Amino acid sequence: MSDPPGAAVELRDIRKSFGGTHALRGVTFVARAGEVTALVGENGAGKSTLLRVLSGVTPADAGNIRLDGQVRELRSPKEAQAAGIAIIHQELSVLPYLSVAENVYLSRLPLRGMFLDWRRLTADCRALLDRVGVRIDPHVRVGHLSLARQQLVEIARALALDAHVLAMDEPTASLSDDEVRNLFRVIRQLRDEGRAIIFISHRLDEVFEIADHITVLRDGQVVGTLSRAAATVERVVSMMVGRPIDQQFPKQPTRPGAPLLEVRDVWTRELLRGVSLVVHRGEIVGLAGLVGAGRTELARAIFGADPIERGAIVLDGQHVTIRNPGDAVQFGIGFLTEDRKKSGLILNFALFRNHTLPSLSKFARAGQLIERLEVEAFARWAADLRIRARSPYQPAHDLSGGNQQKVVLGKWLERNPRLLILDEPTRGVDVGAKVEIYEIMNRLAAAGAAILMISSDLPEVLGMSDRIVVMHEGRVTGEFQRAEATRESVIKAAIA
Amino acid sequence: MSERATDKVDPNVATEPGQPERVGPEIIVEATMPRRLLRSVLSRSLEYGLLIGFILLCALLTLVSPVFLTPINLLNVALQGSVVAILAFGQTFVILSAGIDLSVGSVLALAGAVMAMQTNQHGVVVGVLVGLLVGALLGTINGLFVTRARVAPFIATLGMLAIARGLTYVYTQGSPIRVDQPAFTVFGQGTLGTVPVPVILMVTVFLVSLAVLTQTRFGRYVFAIGSNPEVTRLAGVPIDRYVVAVYAISGLLAALGGLILSGRLSAADPNAATGYELDVIAAVVIGGTSLFGGRGGVFGTLIGALIIAVVSNGMVLLNVNPFWTQAVKGAIILIAVLPDSLRRKTWYA
Repeated sequence: MSDPPGAAVELRDIRKSFGGTHALRGVTFVARAGEVTALVGENGAGKSTLLRVLSGVTPADAGNIRLDGQVRELRSPKEAQAAGIAIIHQELSVLPYLSVAENVYLSRLPLRGMFLDWRRLTADCRALLDRVGVRIDPHVRVGHLSLARQQLVEIARALALDAHVLAMDEPTASLSDDEVRNLFRVIRQLRDEGRAIIFISHRLDEVFEIADHITVLRDGQVVGTLSRAAATVERVVSMMVGRPIDQQFPKQPTRPGAPLLEVRDVWTRELLRGVSLVVHRGEIVGLAGLVGAGRTELARAIFGADPIERGAIVLDGQHVTIRNPGDAVQFGIGFLTEDRKKSGLILNFALFRNHTLPSLSKFARAGQLIERLEVEAFARWAADLRIRARSPYQPAHDLSGGNQQKVVLGKWLERNPRLLILDEPTRGVDVGAKVEIYEIMNRLAAAGAAILMISSDLPEVLGMSDRIVVMHEGRVTGEFQRAEATRESVIKAAIA
Repeated sequence: MSERATDKVDPNVATEPGQPERVGPEIIVEATMPRRLLRSVLSRSLEYGLLIGFILLCALLTLVSPVFLTPINLLNVALQGSVVAILAFGQTFVILSAGIDLSVGSVLALAGAVMAMQTNQHGVVVGVLVGLLVGALLGTINGLFVTRARVAPFIATLGMLAIARGLTYVYTQGSPIRVDQPAFTVFGQGTLGTVPVPVILMVTVFLVSLAVLTQTRFGRYVFAIGSNPEVTRLAGVPIDRYVVAVYAISGLLAALGGLILSGRLSAADPNAATGYELDVIAAVVIGGTSLFGGRGGVFGTLIGALIIAVVSNGMVLLNVNPFWTQAVKGAIILIAVLPDSLRRKTWYA
C-alpha cells in the first residue's frame, strides 16, 4: 500500500456530450504517480465533467482510461473506487452525525462477532491519521469539526480505501490560509508516498505552489500541459482564455442615462465585504468573477432574498429598504436566477402559470383569476420572445433550456421592470437561443432598463457589457469600461 | 393534453409535423369554457381512474345490496362522510402547500367543546362564532410554528394534536357538555327538505374550496408554494403569510366539523374525533393529492372521503364484521396510491 509503483492514471481521447453540448471533446490527460497535477480552466471548460468521468459517475461516450497502463472500465463510482480512484468533492460527503473513525472506515467497519470492534476501529483510524500527520480524535462527531478538518477526514477515508489516485475539486475554496498550508503539507506527504494527486483550483497562486504539472482545459479540450518550471501566470491565463471572440455577441451601442441602481458599501454576514457599484438606465453592466466570488450573493442581497447586514441600496436616487423579494418586485426589480430549474420555474406548472406568477394581481377581476387573460399574456410574450412551445398549457419541464430561460425572462418582462438582474442568463442555453437572449437584453437596455448581468462566461461578459465590474472574495476588485476591458485584465482582477 | 397540440394549430401557418410551431394568441380562442372547466376539475384533482374506481365500487354495492342505491341510504352515506370530508378539504389546502395537519381531530374536539359551553352561556351566535374563531386561531398557531419557528409541519401539528386534546379535557373536566338548543343541534340533525344540513355544509365547503383553489390568486399561490417555495418567494409572493392562512383554514374547517358533530349528538364529547386525522389524510391521499405538495385538489378529496364513507356503509349493509373496517380502509389507501407511486423512480423518502 505504501509503495504503489508507477501508479498513474491516463485518460485518452475522452469524449462526453450531454444532449447537443460537447462537454469533453477528446481529452487526453495524464497524472503520474508521485506528482501533483493541477487541472485549470474557466468555468465550463470541462473540469468537473472530467472528474465525473474519472469517478465513474458519468461514464465517457468514447475514449479509455488506463490505470498503471491497464485499460479500466469505470462505469460506476463503485468501480472507480475499486480501481483505487478517490475524488474529494467541493461539497464534502462526510456523515456529520457519525464519528471520525466510523466515517473513515464506513465501507468496511471492523467487526467482532455481530458487534462493531470499536477498539480496532479507533486504533486503525488513529494510525491512519498519524501517518498523514493529522491530529483529530477518532471519537469526535464529524459534524463538530471545522470544514478543513472534515476535508481531512474525507482524505483519510480515501486512504483507508487505499486510493492511488486522489482528485481534489477546489479543496481550498473554503479554507483559511493556515488550513491551506496544512492541507498542502498533507498533499505533499501523499505525493511522496507515491500517489497521483489531481488538484483542481481557480487560485493560480496555489496551483503554482503545489503542482508539478499544470494542464489547461478549455472548451472541453486540453490546450496544453506545462511543467511548473516552464509555467508563468501570464502563459496559463492566456491558455485558459485563448479563444477568439467572434461575432456571436450582437452588442448594440447604448447611451446610459442617470444612475438607476446604486449599491453602497453592502456587507452580508456570509460573504460580501463592502460592495459598491452603480448601474445606469439603459446600461448593461457585466458582473464577472469566479464561482464563489459573491456575485450571486450580491444579486440576492439586492433583491431582498438574503438579508443585508450593512450598506444601502439606492434606486433612482432614493434610498430604499428591500426586506424581501416582494419589496424588490414592488420596486420594479426582476431577478433571473442562475438555476432556472430550482429557483426560476415551477417545472410542473403550465407555462402560462409560470409566466403570470410575479404579476398575478393583474389577471384577477373581482378576486377571480381570468385564465384567458393569463394565457393571452403568455402567448403575447411567447411570440415576442420566440418561445418555442406547443401550448401555453404545457408544463415548463417540457421545454429546452433556452426556451425555459425565455419563459423566466418573459415573466419578469410582464412586469416591465426598471432593473433586471440576470444571473448566468445563457448557462445551458444553445447558441441560437443565446443570441436571441442577447437581443432581448439589447432591446431592454435601449428601452431604458438597467441590466446587471452576472456571467462566468468571459467572452459573454466582454461581448455584451457596457461596463464590467469584477468581484473576488466578496469585494469589487476591478471595474472596466467596455473599450478598456480585456480577457487578461478581467481574469487578473478575478483572481487578484 | 396531447390533443391540444393538434387542435390549436393556426391553419394559416404551415407547420411541419414534429416541428414545434410558434405560440400565438389564436390558440386561446379554441379552448372552450366547458371543456376547460371539466379538465380543471378532473386533471388537476385526480386521475380519471379514481372516479372510475368510485363508480365501480358503487355499482358493485348496488348489485350486492338492494338498499345501497336508495336516496335514503345515499344521503346517509353523505351524512356519515360529511365531517371527514369537510376536515379533508381543509387538509387538502395544507397538503397542497407541502405541509400536513395532524391536529384536526383535537382542534375539532376543543372547538366543539368551546361552542357547546359558550352556546349554553351566551347563545348560539356567540357560541358558534367563538368556536370557529378558536379553530382558526389554533390553525394560525400551527402555521406560525411552521413558518416563523420553522418547525416541520408534522411535528408542529403533532404537538398541537396533544395540546388541543389536553385543553379539551381541562375545559370540559373530561365529561361531555350537553347542548339542547335547537338552533345549535340543527347543524348536526337538521335537514333542508330531505337533505341533511351537514351534507349541505359539505357541498358548500367543497364548492368554495374548489373556487378558491382554482379561481383565485390565493389558490394559485398554494399550488405554487407546494411545488416550489423558492420560486414562489422570488416571484415576490409573501409565502409565510399564505402558509399561515392555509393552516388557519384547516383549523377553521375542523371547528366547523366540531359544530356538526356536537350538533348531531346534542353534546360536545371531549373524546370526539379521536384518530380522525387518519381518515382525513386518507381521504386526501386517496383523492390523489400528492404529499409532496403542488398536485391535487378538493374534487379528488371529495371522492376520497366518499369512498371511505361508501366502504364503511357497504360493510354495514353486507353485515361484515365491523372489526374489518379499519383493515379494509388501510388496504384501500394502499391500492389507491399504487398507480402513482409505481411511477416514481425512487423511494418515498
